Amino acid sequence: MTPGASRWRDLLILRRFAAWLTLPTVLVAVWWYASAGSTDFYQPPLSRILAAFPDTWFGPRFTGEVLPSLARLGLGYTAALVLGIGAGTAIGRIRVLGEVTEPLLEFLRGIPPPVLVPVLMLFVGIGDLMKVLVIVSGCVWPILLNTVQGVRSVDDVLADTCRSYRIGGAARLYHLTLRSASPQIVTGARQALSIGIILMVISEMFAASSGLGFTVMQFQRSFAIPQMWSGVLLLGLLGVALALLFRVAERFVLGWYHGLRAVSRER
Amino acid sequence: MRRLLLGLVGLLGFGVLLDLAPRLGLVSERYLPPAGRILAALVEQADRTAFWNAVRDTLITWGLGLGIACAAGIVVGVVIGAVPVLREMTASTIEFLRPIPSVALIPLVTILYGPTTITSTLVLVVYASFWQVLIQVLHGVADVDPVARDTARAYRLDTWARVRYLVWPTALPYVATGIRLATSVALILAVTGEMILGSPGLGNSIGVAQASNAVPQMYALVLVVGLLGVTANLLTRAGERWALAWHPSVRNEVPA
Repeated sequence: MTPGASRWRDLLILRRFAAWLTLPTVLVAVWWYASAGSTDFYQPPLSRILAAFPDTWFGPRFTGEVLPSLARLGLGYTAALVLGIGAGTAIGRIRVLGEVTEPLLEFLRGIPPPVLVPVLMLFVGIGDLMKVLVIVSGCVWPILLNTVQGVRSVDDVLADTCRSYRIGGAARLYHLTLRSASPQIVTGARQALSIGIILMVISEMFAASSGLGFTVMQFQRSFAIPQMWSGVLLLGLLGVALALLFRVAERFVLGWYHGLRAVSRER
Repeated sequence: MRRLLLGLVGLLGFGVLLDLAPRLGLVSERYLPPAGRILAALVEQADRTAFWNAVRDTLITWGLGLGIACAAGIVVGVVIGAVPVLREMTASTIEFLRPIPSVALIPLVTILYGPTTITSTLVLVVYASFWQVLIQVLHGVADVDPVARDTARAYRLDTWARVRYLVWPTALPYVATGIRLATSVALILAVTGEMILGSPGLGNSIGVAQASNAVPQMYALVLVVGLLGVTANLLTRAGERWALAWHPSVRNEVPA
């Protein structure tokens, strides 16, 4: 590479970086200055919200409210992944099972998961179990239905190859079925993650006494407005952080797939 | 025919299971009334104006929110997607704003618009479903075939014609997907807003039924919301088929 080309590349990277940063900076600056002299009780200056942030969230609340919420989300999401992929593989592989359950699954998926909060409350009270179950009940459908789709669309040639090499059982499941369904499964898992975050918050807003969602609502009810805004910020940051985490995981799981796509596009 | 029958068997089997489980004492009747009692509660609900008002309110919030989100998402998406500079500049902001869970706005809309107003719920619905549409439209606009784009340029199609005959047909399958996703998200947020904020609608009725321990009524309302969700799914899928009848992905579909 010539020195000129490398400088050109540096400039391009710089340009992209600038483009990436400009608008967010402008927006935050506008918010900062527009709200600086705000005397509106409900819309405090950004500086006060930011000042309230560390006191509000980095004290005992971090281990007492934030971490338990995240743990419930992790637990529910993992359970939904296992359930969704397991049941989805079975339904996708066994034709009769698919035909019997299809309309039922369509119906169950159609129920907005938040309405299950009161139903589950009847069965298991308002403890941790209810919250985890609510998350599972919402996250499982996108994963399940996408797994079914993915398992069904396994390439015929690959399936025949497996058969002629007598690859069966666990090897077939891992190397053929799950592998070729994984792009679809990841799509489902991504949808499930954003639903999971929503449900984590909702399960704590409806008749709860602890958790991130409850704390934010409590701030609102007790008119601790800067603290409430900082809670909204925290929820937003959590959503962004989890989306980034998901992208890293996706790159790890689907690296082979993105490589394949890039190669076939170049041809 | 076989599919239809087996599907019916599945649905009926689930219904029978729900009916038998409490009758055989597997779960307490207080928690899960037999399916027969739920259906009876549903029939009784159908006689009340309050129920139909709740259905109407939910449909209005849902439909209005979805409409605003779709229109805004498509217009903003096409404009941003068609201008490279804009796309570059907004990418990071969109990436940041999109994953913010819409329920984080619940306390905000409560203090800004008041708890029980329809506006609060509407804001939630619009915010949640707007991103679904916008992201899909952006993907769709970016997917324009380079040869088709060069052809359009060679024929000097003006901006409007390019949007109408080049960008729009390319983006349409993506738009359809976005609308389908947005429809179910919008229903989730509409019901959630009604449940937690208490704005009028089915979600609010469910909350009231739960609070007053009217268990069969609560299940009946959950059933109604589920049916709304299924109907919306079927409708958007039929609409997709109709709008994309010319598209290879629909045309080539082999009936299973």
